[in-house]
Amino acid sequence: MLSRVANSVYWLGRYLERSENYSRFIDVNFNLMLDLPPNVKEQWEPLIRATGDYDLYTSHYESFDRETAIYFLAFDKHNPNSLISSVTNARENARMVREILTKESWEKLNELYLFVKDGADKETWKSEGAVRFFTDVKYGIQLLYGIADNSVARTEGWYFSHLGQYLERADKTSRILDVKYHILLPSADEVGSPLDFLHWTALLKSVSGFNIYRRFYGKIDPFHIVELLVLNKYFPRSVFFCLTNAEICLRTISGTSGKGYSNSSEKSLGALQSQLEYQDVNDVISSGLHEYLDGLQIKINKISDTIHDNFFKLNSTFTNQKNIQE
Amino acid sequence: MFVSSYDSKTHYDEMFEADGSCRPHYSELLDMLKSLSVEKLQQLQFTTDKAQMAMGMTFNVYHDKQGIEKILHLDIVPRIINAAEWEKIETGLKQRIYALNLFLQDVYNEQKILKDKILPKELVFSCPGYLKPCEGLTPPKGIWCHITGTDLVRDKNGEFYILEDNLRCPSGVSYQLESREIIKRVFPNMLSKLGVAPVSNYPNRLLNILEYLSDKEKPVVGVLTPGIYNSAYFEHSYLAHSMGVELVMGQDMVMVKNHVFMLTTNGLKQIDVLYRRIDDTFLDPDVFNPESLIGVPGIFKAFKSGNISLANAPGSGVADDKAIYAYVPKIIKYYLDEDPILPNVPTYLCSDEKDRAYVLDHLQDLVVKETNAAGGYGMMIGPRASGKELKTFTRLIKENPRNYIAQPTLSLSTVPTLVDSQLEPRHVDLRPYILYGEEIEVIPGAFTRVALKRGSLIVNSSQGGGSKDTWVLQH
Repeated sequence: MLSRVANSVYWLGRYLERSENYSRFIDVNFNLMLDLPPNVKEQWEPLIRATGDYDLYTSHYESFDRETAIYFLAFDKHNPNSLISSVTNARENARMVREILTKESWEKLNELYLFVKDGADKETWKSEGAVRFFTDVKYGIQLLYGIADNSVARTEGWYFSHLGQYLERADKTSRILDVKYHILLPSADEVGSPLDFLHWTALLKSVSGFNIYRRFYGKIDPFHIVELLVLNKYFPRSVFFCLTNAEICLRTISGTSGKGYSNSSEKSLGALQSQLEYQDVNDVISSGLHEYLDGLQIKINKISDTIHDNFFKLNSTFTNQKNIQE
Repeated sequence: MFVSSYDSKTHYDEMFEADGSCRPHYSELLDMLKSLSVEKLQQLQFTTDKAQMAMGMTFNVYHDKQGIEKILHLDIVPRIINAAEWEKIETGLKQRIYALNLFLQDVYNEQKILKDKILPKELVFSCPGYLKPCEGLTPPKGIWCHITGTDLVRDKNGEFYILEDNLRCPSGVSYQLESREIIKRVFPNMLSKLGVAPVSNYPNRLLNILEYLSDKEKPVVGVLTPGIYNSAYFEHSYLAHSMGVELVMGQDMVMVKNHVFMLTTNGLKQIDVLYRRIDDTFLDPDVFNPESLIGVPGIFKAFKSGNISLANAPGSGVADDKAIYAYVPKIIKYYLDEDPILPNVPTYLCSDEKDRAYVLDHLQDLVVKETNAAGGYGMMIGPRASGKELKTFTRLIKENPRNYIAQPTLSLSTVPTLVDSQLEPRHVDLRPYILYGEEIEVIPGAFTRVALKRGSLIVNSSQGGGSKDTWVLQH
């Protein structure tokens, strides 16, 4: 596969996942609002902080009101990670590799892009239509995954897009969890209060993890929620699950079987994956949840950088390789 | 659908005779259109637009800052060409392409046609499309113009004329194929009822002629594109996709020991045949335009050494220069000793003193074209031109006569087109595609462009033109 194409496919996977997760971020608050007692105010600042774009936000906007926050997360073209930027980037990457996509995948992605663009132009999200709009975006993306699942050949391209998707999801799950760190309770006494539980529940719902949580653990309890979202082996949005699958993709791409590693991407990803494999939730909490998640995000970014170096960088040293056919 | 107010008297209309009666090969289509309400037709048009948007059948417009992506309006009423008309077009095009290919081989090698003074030397050598580095070159299998899209128009008597030869990177074939996919769904039964020739195996045929250019059993083929901002990017990716080959950009390739390699995640992979959709002069900054960032430095040398095949061969642009166009009937006669089956539009060369005097005297009756421009740019339609435009072109012609030709204003044929709530006559042209491999094939269909503005003769997509699906009847 052409390096440039692999790069685009990888970012296509990442941007699609990012689009979905931005809809999920916003969903945290929509879920909360449905349950919040009347005297408690909506908090949008935690979402902005968790996305990591707090500085960008405050350089453009002053208040953390609902409309501005949604606009920033979803429709602001100056925010490189907003829903509209991510969908646009996904589509641009898809356009660059359109020759390898199935017709259905391309058309549905294109329709999704037009839908989001139209939503931005018509501002339907300002009215009652907001919840519906973001749900439709989520379904639109899941439709794409569904189409790909039974029409894309399991060759390099598939694994590159899934590598991107899993790394992105690992990062975003950690950020959604981090939202809780930033949500302020009215007072320290409220830890463990019904309001506290409401926050946790909203979080679980936004990653479609509420029912799974109930089945696995029963009662709402922060320790177990952290375990589900970070370390669980079976939940497809947990950081551990994502890293494990990202590693499988990576090893399939480079054809490394058995133990050890054959390039720096495999080394750094394998190290992080095993670290999580042998940790329990106490290790996570004891180092401070926010600090722990922060560390994860930094490591995932570095892994992405090594993937770029190993596979996409159009390297002039290529020409010195020995395996060139005459 | 109401058609009694339709005007078929002023021009040659392809559906109706001047007396308003329907031409036989259109009668079934007309019956069907009549049976549909205006609302139904508008609804079908609406779904067509939606389908195009969803398919991303868009093109980018140059000189247009807002919104670079536009769809090319596809009118739902198809244009039909009957079997007898098509047969003439097909044989005529084969003859023309065969002769032009011989011309290209000759003009870059022995130059017999120049020595025999059929064509003035200065005229050939002053063509921007004449590339000196190609002298002495014989491309693989002796084929220069593998893919051609020739523009034809019909005059008021219904006769087809060749308007332009496009031998470099003719675009539009993807619209022809995708339009058929859409119109097939709009009128599902009509195609088989009328016996419309299928066009869908074009990608297959294209791949065949590309693979034919290499001696390897399974050559690596690619489509070379300037990138997503090119106006024809949709087509480049469409063709790569439907042939199942790589879509490459200049940056994806490196030269190693005079061979061309692609950079892949597994290292380097040699590439054997490129369908290049980059202009000749941008292909290789080492040999042609040194400013080019989209080409591959060194690729021309590899081509000349026979290490890679390029379709179309660099240098073939000399044959579609609008000044050379005037000589094509003589070129056919010279190489084939045959009269051209499809006539040229009479053409005045402004470089010729006598012609120039005539042109300057009759400017308001003529269409003036720049010899090396495309896309409807750099032209003036005399009867529609303002006094200021006429003055400008008088000056331009005098300053640089070699750059201009003039032709009588043709009254292009019309085909019924859905405009708001009725069918109205709109002018069309015809661009069939010709593939030159083991033999020459003309794809039975065409990209029909339609001038959507009432009375307009400019069909170019960059100038507000639309398109129609073109149905070629098998019998």
